[in-house]
Amino acid sequence: MPEHSRAELLLPIADDELVLGWRNSEWTGIAPFLEEDVAFSSIAQNEIGHARALYGLVAEELGTTADELAFDRPPCEYRCAPLAELRRLDWAGTIARHFLYETADELRLDALKESCDAAVAGLARKIDREEIYHRLHAKMWFDRLRDEPRFRTALLELWPYALGVVPEHLRDRFGERAELPSNTVLQGARGTHTAELEPLWEEMTMVRRSIPGAAW
Amino acid sequence: MVTASEVWAALADVPDPEIPVISVVDLGVVRDVRVEGGRVRVEFTPTFLGCPALERMRDEMAARIEELGAKPEIDVVLDDSWSTDRITPLGREKLREAGFAPPSPRGAAPPTLLQLQRAGLRCPYCGSADTRLENLFGPTPCRSLRYCAGCRQPFEQFKTI
Repeated sequence: MPEHSRAELLLPIADDELVLGWRNSEWTGIAPFLEEDVAFSSIAQNEIGHARALYGLVAEELGTTADELAFDRPPCEYRCAPLAELRRLDWAGTIARHFLYETADELRLDALKESCDAAVAGLARKIDREEIYHRLHAKMWFDRLRDEPRFRTALLELWPYALGVVPEHLRDRFGERAELPSNTVLQGARGTHTAELEPLWEEMTMVRRSIPGAAW
Repeated sequence: MVTASEVWAALADVPDPEIPVISVVDLGVVRDVRVEGGRVRVEFTPTFLGCPALERMRDEMAARIEELGAKPEIDVVLDDSWSTDRITPLGREKLREAGFAPPSPRGAAPPTLLQLQRAGLRCPYCGSADTRLENLFGPTPCRSLRYCAGCRQPFEQFKTI
């Protein structure tokens, strides 16, 4: 195995989960109705839990800690896909991203479950089991909104970004699952960032940066 | 020197911080206890990774082992070896008594929305199966919300994972 194979493999996924978990948590308190507030906050919390576990495996390899990986890198070193960074203030766009992301994440986890690193495969199986409920939630909303023009527009707007979540060899299958054309020109490739990441990072790391080295 | 069964007994007193009626042993998250000289190694498998109670459980288990005069080592195992099928029969009964419907056994395939939406899961208060899904998510990641048409009472259902 290459020297830093876990970092290569897992950091992009962990960063996606952290940043999207953060974004989704912005709905806490203002989701369309109370039950949805609880559900979407719970999903956000769980994604951040997944990020923590993934960072933990990378940290073992790099001799650091999950918190250092999550919060002590400058924004340009994050490996998240731009889809996760976008600030979506409308529910149709939020649900479109949620559906696209969960669809991509399932494909990615299926590949990870086959990893020859037993710890990685074991964690992927655990995450996948929990994700079943995220997918059911996304599917429920997809069915509810599928014929709404605002939702269709949001799906088409986000699809070029969503393609950047999975590696190239999974894009055809992603297109089939999402019922969207995989030959669409990708926008926001992984490794590039939108202008919306930096304000998110500022807020997300604010407390930790306020007292460097403190134990919370 | 402390024995493994003494450690198991001590851990059986450590409650789940979110659902204190059930202990970590009844919840099935203690996978193994090994006594090696003055050290006690515990293999702990978290329920949901997003659960904020994980650190509390780990710290409380360590504290109980220290009270027994041994040095605790809590290994957190992050794989899929925990499932809701590991909740003990006693644990399921305690959940039900406290108003949490225990999880259904895991099937060969993951649950579908249709299965969860339809009636069939029993109300922990009146036993009626005339219940429906209100919300896939509840106050913690491991629970969902249902409503019982029999006694007109909402209740929390432990998710099957």
